[in-house]
Amino acid sequence: MITVQSVSKRYGDTVVVDGVDLALPPGGVTAIIGPNGAGKSTLLSMISRLLPMSQGRVLVDELDVAHADSQELARRLAILRQDNHLPLRLTVRDLVAFGRFPHSGGRLTRQDQEHIERAIAYLELQPLAGRYLDEMSGGQRQRAFVAMVLCQDTRYLLLDEPLNSLDMKHAVAMMRILRRAADELGKTVLIVLHDINFASAYADHIIAMRQGKVALQGPPETLVTTEALSDLYALPITVHQIGGQRVCVYYR
Amino acid sequence: MADAIAWSSRVRLALLGGLAAACCVAYLTLDARGQWDFVLPFRGGKLLAMVLVGYCVAVSSVLFQTITHNRILTPAIMGFDALYVLIQAAIVFGFGLSATGTHEPLWQFALEVAAMTGFACLLFRWLFTGATQSLHLMMLVGIVFGLLFRSLSSFAVRLIDPNEFLVLQDRMFASFNSVRVGLLPYAAVAALATTLAFWRMRRRYDVVGLGRDMAVNLGVDYRRTLIGTLAGVAVLVAVSTALVGPVTFLGLLAANLAYQTMASDRHAQTVPAAILWGIIFVVGGQTVLERILGLNTTVSVVIEFVGGLLFLILILRKGGRP
Repeated sequence: MITVQSVSKRYGDTVVVDGVDLALPPGGVTAIIGPNGAGKSTLLSMISRLLPMSQGRVLVDELDVAHADSQELARRLAILRQDNHLPLRLTVRDLVAFGRFPHSGGRLTRQDQEHIERAIAYLELQPLAGRYLDEMSGGQRQRAFVAMVLCQDTRYLLLDEPLNSLDMKHAVAMMRILRRAADELGKTVLIVLHDINFASAYADHIIAMRQGKVALQGPPETLVTTEALSDLYALPITVHQIGGQRVCVYYR
Repeated sequence: MADAIAWSSRVRLALLGGLAAACCVAYLTLDARGQWDFVLPFRGGKLLAMVLVGYCVAVSSVLFQTITHNRILTPAIMGFDALYVLIQAAIVFGFGLSATGTHEPLWQFALEVAAMTGFACLLFRWLFTGATQSLHLMMLVGIVFGLLFRSLSSFAVRLIDPNEFLVLQDRMFASFNSVRVGLLPYAAVAALATTLAFWRMRRRYDVVGLGRDMAVNLGVDYRRTLIGTLAGVAVLVAVSTALVGPVTFLGLLAANLAYQTMASDRHAQTVPAAILWGIIFVVGGQTVLERILGLNTTVSVVIEFVGGLLFLILILRKGGRP
């Protein structure tokens, strides 16, 4: 259970996140959607202690993220930001192995090795495991980073726009993997998504943010509607039922 | 695959180690006339000092580049050693030179190192924990700081007694010929203590190299690691500057050659490789200049020239991107 209690972030006079209260249900996939500048990524960064908050409190299970031992938190919660350009020369396996750092402090045990191989297999990276990250495509690198946070073996998995720089095929593959991580491994997945159709197709719960506040939240059935989304994005969006999926059309 | 990489890096390290050892032996034995029991201790002292300088500069540069996430800035380029020279000048100005001149007391060295560590931490903690992360801005700040420190120390120098001025001026320019061998034991102890502190944090550095967000995600106490490392870097810079004076581009050379020679960027590989490159440059360069070419210039001139070229190439090639 992640509890967000009246969390705010201010830069000078600009309020980016404005008194957000949330109780994230354990298990399943939760998507945060909303227009640019709604404070989605900022909120995610504050939940994962990457960014100090100006006000409020975040509890991950019983741990207060502002004061809890960082290593203890790292075994509970993993976060992947969107801009992962590594200037380092590392192989995929090296990178995935870093996911074990909170558990073993850099000295890998046999159990760690098993976790590493499992994470590599989970993202179907076996053929690339010995390749250097700087020799791979953006999509492959993104998969390697997701393998790393999976390898961290945490209950909570936070991802900031994991579909960035992925083509349709890889975006679908990524969402399937995250869905499976929630269903098979019992993880609580919290993702910031720009593509509302992916949120509609894969999420159990959607949080819609606007101007630093939570505008709406609920399951896709109640939230993905023509009225709610048109209002949220200030854009005419029509929701259609196609093949049992709610699909948003807003291109013309 | 992984074994092959480990094997090839071991071979490379062994080759570098052999080269460094050959440089040391050549320095000790080449062109030695007269009594060995005079030559060896005399040259041995200087050799130890040079090895220590290579070591300190290499380790401090690699770790500094890790915590600042770039490959171009080094402590020397950011004006660390200019700061140390300023502190030396300020202490001479404040307390006067010790009577013996060459053998300065331990307290003075300790005071210099302590002041250096304190100031460097204050200054660079403010600089590197702030929001400004632009490489160009950092470089500019470093150049301005370096200039400021150098001008301040030459100002202090003008205010003091001419005799003290001569001694001090000698310390403001790098010289591997006039190594302050008397400082060697203290310097070695300081370097050893810092090394132990770094050794205890050694597993974190690979993680810190992944970037701040990733390191925090993986549970590293980022702020503490940053400040602890800055303090250690300051001590190592103080040690090497105290021994031979400021050498601006040695760290850049050693670190970047290490990145080039080793297959992976893990610190278990890059740090030893950088140390060996540092020793090869200082000892090997000095041997070639002093014994083979018979020149009286110090190797620092050559190191600055080659390192300066590399610095320009790096900036031009990477377009300043970190």
